[in-house]
Amino acid sequence: MDLTKVDAIIENYDGDATSLLAIMQDVQDQENYLPREAVNHISTKLDVPVSRIYSMATFFESFHLEPRGKHICTVCMGTACHVRGAQRLVEHLERELKVKSGGTTEDLQFTLEEVNCVGACALGPLVIIDGEYHGNVTSTRLTKAVKNLKTREGGE
Amino acid sequence: MALIANSAKLRSYREELVDKKAKEGKKVVAICAGTGCNAYGSPKVVAAFREEIEKQGLSDKIEIKPTGCHGFCERGTLVLMHPEKQLYQRVKPEAVAEIVDRTLKGGEVLEEHLYDNPVTGEKHRTEHEIPFYKHQERLILGKNGEIDPTSIDDYIAMGGYDGLAKALEKGPEAVLEEVKKANVRGRGGGGFPAGRKWETCKNAPSDKRYIICNADEGDPGAFMDRSILEGNPHAVIEGMIIAAFTIGSDEGYVYVRHEYPLAIERLTIALAQAREWGFLGKGILGTGLDFNIKINRGGGAFVCGESTALMMSIEGKVGEPRAKHIHTVISGLYNKPTNLNNVETYANIPLILDKGADWYIGKGTKGSPGTKIFSLVGKVNNTGLVEAEMGMTLRQIIFDIGGGIPDGNEFKAVQTGGPSGGCLPASKLDLKVDFDSLWEEGSMMGSGGMIVMDDKTCMVDVAKYFLGFLKFESCGKCTTCREGLRRLHELVTDISEGKGTEETISLIEELCDTVEAGSLCALGTTAMNPVLSTLKFFRDEYMAHVKDHRCPAGVCKELITYEITDNCNGCMVCAKRCPEDCIAGEKKQLHVIDIEKCIKCGICKDVCKFDAVRVY
Amino acid sequence: MTVKFTINGVKVEAESGDSVIDTARRYGFDIPSLCHHQAVTPYGACRVCLVEITKGGRKKITTCCNYEVLDGIDVVTDSEAIHKHRAMVLELILAEAPDAEPVKKLAAKYGVNVSRFERPKAGAAQERHDCIMCGLCVRVCTEIVEVNALAFNGRGYNRGVGGPYLEAPQSCIACGACAWVCPTDCIGFVEEDGMRKVLKWDRELPMEKDEDGRPFAPKFQLHYFKEKFGLPADIYKKAPGTR
Repeated sequence: MDLTKVDAIIENYDGDATSLLAIMQDVQDQENYLPREAVNHISTKLDVPVSRIYSMATFFESFHLEPRGKHICTVCMGTACHVRGAQRLVEHLERELKVKSGGTTEDLQFTLEEVNCVGACALGPLVIIDGEYHGNVTSTRLTKAVKNLKTREGGE
Repeated sequence: MALIANSAKLRSYREELVDKKAKEGKKVVAICAGTGCNAYGSPKVVAAFREEIEKQGLSDKIEIKPTGCHGFCERGTLVLMHPEKQLYQRVKPEAVAEIVDRTLKGGEVLEEHLYDNPVTGEKHRTEHEIPFYKHQERLILGKNGEIDPTSIDDYIAMGGYDGLAKALEKGPEAVLEEVKKANVRGRGGGGFPAGRKWETCKNAPSDKRYIICNADEGDPGAFMDRSILEGNPHAVIEGMIIAAFTIGSDEGYVYVRHEYPLAIERLTIALAQAREWGFLGKGILGTGLDFNIKINRGGGAFVCGESTALMMSIEGKVGEPRAKHIHTVISGLYNKPTNLNNVETYANIPLILDKGADWYIGKGTKGSPGTKIFSLVGKVNNTGLVEAEMGMTLRQIIFDIGGGIPDGNEFKAVQTGGPSGGCLPASKLDLKVDFDSLWEEGSMMGSGGMIVMDDKTCMVDVAKYFLGFLKFESCGKCTTCREGLRRLHELVTDISEGKGTEETISLIEELCDTVEAGSLCALGTTAMNPVLSTLKFFRDEYMAHVKDHRCPAGVCKELITYEITDNCNGCMVCAKRCPEDCIAGEKKQLHVIDIEKCIKCGICKDVCKFDAVRVY
Repeated sequence: MTVKFTINGVKVEAESGDSVIDTARRYGFDIPSLCHHQAVTPYGACRVCLVEITKGGRKKITTCCNYEVLDGIDVVTDSEAIHKHRAMVLELILAEAPDAEPVKKLAAKYGVNVSRFERPKAGAAQERHDCIMCGLCVRVCTEIVEVNALAFNGRGYNRGVGGPYLEAPQSCIACGACAWVCPTDCIGFVEEDGMRKVLKWDRELPMEKDEDGRPFAPKFQLHYFKEKFGLPADIYKKAPGTR
């Protein structure tokens, strides 16, 4: 990635090492993941050991050290969604996308993730596809949504 | 230069706002734009209203106002027409033109948009006629249906920041007494009296003190804090400023989950406005009070809801809790005295200052005054956010407000308190809900999640779910939590797969005892509640798994079988959709599932329109 | 400032800031622990040092390595409850490190010879060996040696320890302090063929030889010390006595 972008982010926080988490989040927001060269750069600039940044990046669930897919499907696994069958939706998407939960398809088109509750419990079970919330979803509707995305990609 | 220089200016500013609104005489249409309604398409409804109002030339008569969550998520998108609070539910963009034309212009009531009571079949026109709202006491949430969360003027016009003005006039000592007298208890889970926390923090010797608002609402199935931040962020900010004034702090943080982008957005706007208007910054309202608030985004770690882990995270470190032999009110963030309350607690503070502690303790119960917001979700008709006076019974909340269990199924349990709480059975439905009563029953208030379960929910599976959640969310620092929860999850999984024995159950109980006694932070010391409470109240169900290798609720995959019954008319839909191609049968002939190949994904049952797939 | 309290009814004294475990051990009370070392910050990870502490009339079971001494507290270092909890904690630890002699010995003392739990499968991240996640290696590396080569990674049951990206840590000077302090001896530290190797971290460094051609320390370690303490360029050429 372009490291001057990382510099700009660090600058936003006045190069303050206590803002490490926020800096890492901002870098990830830009790149969709935390590239290794960005981690090394942050380490040098803030004088924080790489070991500590790696520790943070693997502790906090929101960080990704590998590039993610163009489309991100997130299944909410909150309690309300669970009792309404969220686990089955994960399994369904694993079959549809041919990727294990937490993984990205080889063509970098889809990433399948789980989240521990997005607080939209009334709509459960809930799947977020590219930031759009799909409430009360069924396996049929998921199949359609995935198909739509695939056709759209194929048409491009 | 701050817009509001002092208390007198605040009052005159408010009068001007109110006068202006009165003169304009606009009818306000409040459209819920919380995360739930947004998912139903609320932004499109708002756009359609604005377009239609413009088209019909009604812009000077009607104000379209996107607001925070109104609570009745089940029926979104919600459109609330002030002042009579007429409610249209499940509004779609296509219906907007007619609503503007016939209701807003013509004054006609469109029956099809009214709430229809599934129990009585009645239609209700206004919010306060609907049972879901009628039995609530919406001290905090009520404003969500009236305020545009991106407008500080809306908040001020409704009396906002008056609690702060009163606090500044009273002085810190008197404010502290008021908060202590109100006995407002921490809404984040622990239920510790906020006044006593403030007092210890205030008296801790130090040149620097911090105020933190915990908005890392991590309990799955809870979203009350999100809705307050999305719908009424200034109430939280005002509460924090009052705390800062009382305790003597000049620096505050709000730690918000990153899974709540809308809350972060609205809070960011609100903080900028509060600074511009002069409620934050130097010399607040012309007094010597300096205070600022920063936002920290959580990184997706449930354990960071624990105060010491949260503080570590603000300091830019891994969110590992530390032992609290010295409390954070004495030595917290950067080892300075730190007062941490959650979103809902801070939102209560302006009310207490505005209306007085005597008024406040008149609400709720003696030990737990005020109201509590619950997220009523799961297998219940009226899912959504409910604000009830403390002391209401579970039955009132679930059946009167929640409208009971859908599809004619039976109530089985209600899970309160999130992963630290427990499951209570039907025999406890008349329990009065407050901090102490729930604790006595082996559950807890937690942040207010209330997940209703019916006879299709397996309690072993619920225990397994929470243990799976907790073992994943444990920071991994201490043995009892890291290894203990891993083992508990293994043992309960064994039971759910029919591999458990009675020894498994006694080992679970033995291990729970040590996990509770030996863990470092509250994540570990309360982690056994979901297991122990289900074992206590639903032991029979565990035994069915252990002895008969049967899951009575038909949930645990290893113990269930799918079967097609005589209801099948041979439509072939299930056979086409079966991912394993293991359903055989000709058109108009009874289908059969090959049990050997069946992966129990449940798709056949989902797609069958004739209720012909049975699980046993 | 002197702090006075009791341990098993015996009056004891300590300096404020001292830990209960160090004070107790100084007075000859035996409190077992696997994650505590006086040289580094207490961490409270292993939970073996559970004791009962009564403060202000309230009795609580807690670890005592991270408990700072306080006036008037009463500490009880053994009881039926403590014994039971320590035994369960050790049973959990024994499953993590079934081959570690110190763990086996300690567990046996509490009547635990075999764990009812199976050894966890290697975490997603790396082989666990006999690691019990006590964090002593991490603390020594960051607090004493200050090279920050090691850190925890992941969380919960997937927690691991090692260098960033699970590779040989580039800032490791192969000083061996981690191996020396490890309570289960699971790190592995050898010198052979002129190389110093820290096995668990996969770190190998060529060693400097003395005038007689005997390897004595990794070159990178010597370089690190020279930079850190601003030593003269020829420091390692001088005879040990005159350095």
